[in-house]
Amino acid sequence: MTINVWLENAVRDAERRGLTALPALLAALAQATATLRAADWNLDAAGGPARDKAADGR
Amino acid sequence: MGAEPRTIAELGRAFRGREVTSSSVTEECLRRIDERNPDINAFITVLAENARAQAQDADRELAAGLDRGPLHGVPISLKDLFDLEGTPTTAASRVRAGHIATSDAVTVRRLRAAGAVIVGKTNLHEFALGTTNEESAYGPVKHPLDPSRSAGGSSGGSAASVLAGMAFASIGTDTGGSIRIPAAACGLVGLKPALGEIDATGVVPLSSTLDHVGPLCRSVEDAAIVFEVLKGTRPSPLDARSHEPAARAPAEPARLRVAVLGGYFTALLDSEVAASFERTCGRLRDAGVTVTDAAIPHAADISAVYLHIALAEAAAYHAATLDTRASDYTMPVRLRLEMGRSILAEDYVRALRGRDVLRQEVDCALESVDALLLPGLAVPATVLGKDTVRIGDRDEPVRNIMLRQTQLFNITGHPAITLPCGTTRGGLPISAQLVGMHTPDLLCVAATLEPSITTHA
Repeated sequence: MTINVWLENAVRDAERRGLTALPALLAALAQATATLRAADWNLDAAGGPARDKAADGR
Repeated sequence: MGAEPRTIAELGRAFRGREVTSSSVTEECLRRIDERNPDINAFITVLAENARAQAQDADRELAAGLDRGPLHGVPISLKDLFDLEGTPTTAASRVRAGHIATSDAVTVRRLRAAGAVIVGKTNLHEFALGTTNEESAYGPVKHPLDPSRSAGGSSGGSAASVLAGMAFASIGTDTGGSIRIPAAACGLVGLKPALGEIDATGVVPLSSTLDHVGPLCRSVEDAAIVFEVLKGTRPSPLDARSHEPAARAPAEPARLRVAVLGGYFTALLDSEVAASFERTCGRLRDAGVTVTDAAIPHAADISAVYLHIALAEAAAYHAATLDTRASDYTMPVRLRLEMGRSILAEDYVRALRGRDVLRQEVDCALESVDALLLPGLAVPATVLGKDTVRIGDRDEPVRNIMLRQTQLFNITGHPAITLPCGTTRGGLPISAQLVGMHTPDLLCVAATLEPSITTHA
């Protein structure tokens, strides 16, 4: 699931439950998730760049 | 008698020299609780009668020659996450209303066996999910030196109780810094031992793989004394022929090597904290310590890794009560838990992989030195009611700033200890942090460096 799709779903759910302050926090979490997914330790099932970068360290 | 005992070690000598009794010292702690707790709000539950009875028992045993060791007769407080049989464990939350513990936490059992006098249970950030203690069903803890400021959190009541002389030590928990942050804000020594080193059975969890139990004290020696009791390594009083000091003998400062963690860890500091930390490094060099530099290559990813592990694990613990009793949580804590419920499993696993990488990087930074050194807290005690704190020309979120120096070592599990290293012009404490590979070795290094680090200038 892309971060944008995840965020849309999570915000919709928060609004449905009346948690009006939650979307701003979810947006911050989405930024953290983007950082996490961009990290060079993540492995790529296709053997692509992510794995190469992880092997290099940083 | 000389000066009033300030530390557990001094108190032990005074007990055994018959200069003071546990009853008299406990009474003085209870008097200070009566006098200051209405303003500071450090305690949720005060156990005055139980404490008096425990102190009398301690005095009787010592007089009869039964010495349970360095905590015998010493008044301490417990963060209100620890089960104490027959008393509520509130976790500072309405969610726990009506709870009464049916047994002692493992650590409480060890404290009792060591003869400690438990004066009460201290206030905290609700379920330990915060760094300021402002979100508590029992109201905020106020800093004993300035009631407009937070004592830090989440073990804020613990720190306030020790600083205000209501106890000689307190037992806290640390999931992202919750022992070290309030200890730093209150000018105390705060020890987070290595991950899993102290049994957390009977302690309300926050994040099952990040939680640590440890002491807040007035000296490194005291931290070592409490650590050994909590760990359960002290011999039974019936077996022990003597009670040696818990801390290993200090080494020579000139034989120690310390690496300062730069970059991320010094990039965002209050100006007075930065200056005080620089002076601390200078004093260490003057004492002959070899001070070098080190870096954590993936430091920029620490917060993202921490957030995905801590919130997901907290959400798992709270899922049932979020569904049935959501309105019993304070809203900010409820919202953070709800964030955790939306974290995807794949991102949690990415964070676990990041955890391995960060652990290797801290191991690597420690490879050729005795300890890592960094500021304990990026800012002095923060003002209650403010969500941001000014650093340079930017307003930074209080929560992010307070976790910045500490959360890495919850992720990696390395032992870490904060020590006071100065004060601001306004008299608020500033702290340094040492990180090691093994807790006993770290305590030895900290004891050796404490005279150079800790200054009230």
